[in-house]
Amino acid sequence: MPKQIEGSRATAEAIALCRPEVICAYPITPQTHIVERLGELVKDGYLANCEFINVESEFAALSVAIGASAAGARAYTATASQGLLFMAEAVYNASGLGLPIVMTLGNRAIGAPINIWNDHSDAMSMRDAGWIQLFAETNQEAVDLHIQSFKLAEELSMPVMVCVDGFILTHAVERVDIPDQAAVDEFLPPYDPIQVLDPKDPISIGAMVGPEAFTEVRYLAHHKQMRALELIPINAGVFKDTFGRDSGGLLRGYRHEDAETLVVAMGSVCGTIKDTIDEMREAGIRIGLVVIVSYRPFPTAALRDMLAAAKDVVVVEKSFAVGLGGQLANDVDTALRNLPDGPNLHSAVAGLGGRPIWRRSLHRLFRQAVAEPWEGTHFLDLNEPVIQREIQRIGKTRRSGPTAESLLRQLGRRGELVAAGEETST
Amino acid sequence: MSEQVPAAQSPEVIQKLKFYQKGTFTVGNRLTGDDGRSVQASLNRSNALTCGHRACQGCGEALGARYALDAAMRATDGNLIAVNATGCLEVFTTPYPETSWQLPWLHSLFGNAAAVATGVAAAMRVKKHPEVRVVAQGGDGGTTDIGFQCLSGMFERNDDVLYICYDNEGYMNTGVQRSSATPPAARTATTPAIGPEPGNVFGTGKSVPRIAVAHRIPYVATATVADLHDLEHKVTHAMSIHGARYIQIDVPCPLGWGASSHDTIRLARLAVESGFYPIFEAEHGKVTAVRKIRRKVPVTEYLRPQRRFAHLFKGEVPDRRIARLQAMCDANIDEYGLIDGRDDGA
Repeated sequence: MPKQIEGSRATAEAIALCRPEVICAYPITPQTHIVERLGELVKDGYLANCEFINVESEFAALSVAIGASAAGARAYTATASQGLLFMAEAVYNASGLGLPIVMTLGNRAIGAPINIWNDHSDAMSMRDAGWIQLFAETNQEAVDLHIQSFKLAEELSMPVMVCVDGFILTHAVERVDIPDQAAVDEFLPPYDPIQVLDPKDPISIGAMVGPEAFTEVRYLAHHKQMRALELIPINAGVFKDTFGRDSGGLLRGYRHEDAETLVVAMGSVCGTIKDTIDEMREAGIRIGLVVIVSYRPFPTAALRDMLAAAKDVVVVEKSFAVGLGGQLANDVDTALRNLPDGPNLHSAVAGLGGRPIWRRSLHRLFRQAVAEPWEGTHFLDLNEPVIQREIQRIGKTRRSGPTAESLLRQLGRRGELVAAGEETST
Repeated sequence: MSEQVPAAQSPEVIQKLKFYQKGTFTVGNRLTGDDGRSVQASLNRSNALTCGHRACQGCGEALGARYALDAAMRATDGNLIAVNATGCLEVFTTPYPETSWQLPWLHSLFGNAAAVATGVAAAMRVKKHPEVRVVAQGGDGGTTDIGFQCLSGMFERNDDVLYICYDNEGYMNTGVQRSSATPPAARTATTPAIGPEPGNVFGTGKSVPRIAVAHRIPYVATATVADLHDLEHKVTHAMSIHGARYIQIDVPCPLGWGASSHDTIRLARLAVESGFYPIFEAEHGKVTAVRKIRRKVPVTEYLRPQRRFAHLFKGEVPDRRIARLQAMCDANIDEYGLIDGRDDGA
């Protein structure tokens, strides 16, 4: 039933509809509202037959989920940012053991400098960890992706991370259609594990594997993700049949059929990009968007088909590999590899640490990509004067002090570059 | 062994019992009635950790794990799941593609065994299998160091898990490095016996049994492979209780301690008889029983057979650090009242 609801609460209610049996909770902004709401739903009896466990760290949160999942329970947890890094070892372990845990990631920047606001650095840090990673564009999609994720995870016996932009989605109150329990039950059968700790049929899980079989074990994990490329669209189709709306899938286009310029992006920024595209279309510019929903597995072939005819491709992403550039851009580059007369690829990084991504900035970016293409990675709305001044300053003195604090001093209280010599004292 | 056959139901895989009575105190089964005999003495023991594993000769951990798990298996009528931290026990029992485990067994990571066990226990509750119990196990590194946060969390929530720490006082699996359970002065690969203060530092020590007691969990015990009847009794008792339970077993490591493999039981006994390793039980924060010292020995009797302490015996005059180690033993004896008549600190 459609209702005005905060993204986190909507997500929590969707997860409850999936009848998780063990939920592990540890607070970290901005996912906290999700587990708080789930805690309420368990405590008031709405979510029956569920163990809600308050743990002492994210490492323990995912570890409890690993134990629960291996013992045959449907397990869920949520985290963000530093929390994902703190559980990193368990993240790889869960996928290595092939356990169908579902985890929400309230996407948030990674410090230092500590920053609680949204970007995709956290998800990207685990992009090679063997989890399926799905990015929600809206809170409706966040709800729908969670329901699809339990099904996908359990069909493949592989963990799924649902990436939901912190604050922009998790804390936004908007209209969301929360499905009925009966429909979710029809879509999502009870968890039937492929491996389970059972005294009646004792097996060892997590044995040491040497060079004689390690490559094959890893390859089979890759094979599962390749199977997910087929299953994700199938599940999205079944979802549409059950719930009556398009949601999820590998990727989708927006005004892309005749586009000369195609933007590629993930998550909530796609809304702003669509608005920008509408305005540019009105000005007669043939531009469109490809929204990546499934980042892992990466829909290489489907993306290549969608991008092949474009002249320019602009990748806008909220994360980058320091010392290299945009990570999503690199993956898009892989999709375009060996394409004869393929499009020109332009990589842009935007929205780091919660910086707003304005339509006017995107207008400039998309026009510049075609008219005056840049080399390497473009940083949207980078404050060049403050960068130049700081680089000069640290060149002059050995003990130049901490970078972040120095930048804050130079920007002053209003966030605008103050005159040299008039920096705010700390 | 990759073919998983529950040993208890398959008489053909049960080993013949082998008793050797050579004046030890440990194997007294023939002299006791049926009721007093050890779980290991029974034809129906589960062999939860069965033969064929790759532990070193004289491994105290392999012995302790076998006794502990078979006792837990008997206490739960075979309804037991084991979670294992990374370490010697994990590595030597599961050389791919074989496994020595005759019970459901899960290894996840080095530092998360307690939390994984919490998850298994939660699954058993929600799946309505109250009869299935959970044991987590690890070495001292995986327990007192890297796994300590998860362990304390499991204690504090009073999750229904028995955690067994096989304490061989160092990171033996990685080549004998110091852990927070390594005794002062002991030589390890990261506390070499060189320089003015050879061996491990005299810190404040980190006694996880004492820390477990401070959590006021339902049951805490220390045990030793020198007294396997007592170990079995403690595991059996622990399985009769619900909530968080902790048993730490002194398991000498011939390789890491620089001791002869035939001295494992002797060293474990000397650790008890010197007061070096106090054996006690506690319930809900209170010490309820101690194992009295039968014949007190000076700490040098315990230290001398171990090459990790050899540097203490090189000089012509007694090393002053031996006196400090003796003082540690005496403090244990006083704290736990391990010798009658010394309860007042006399």
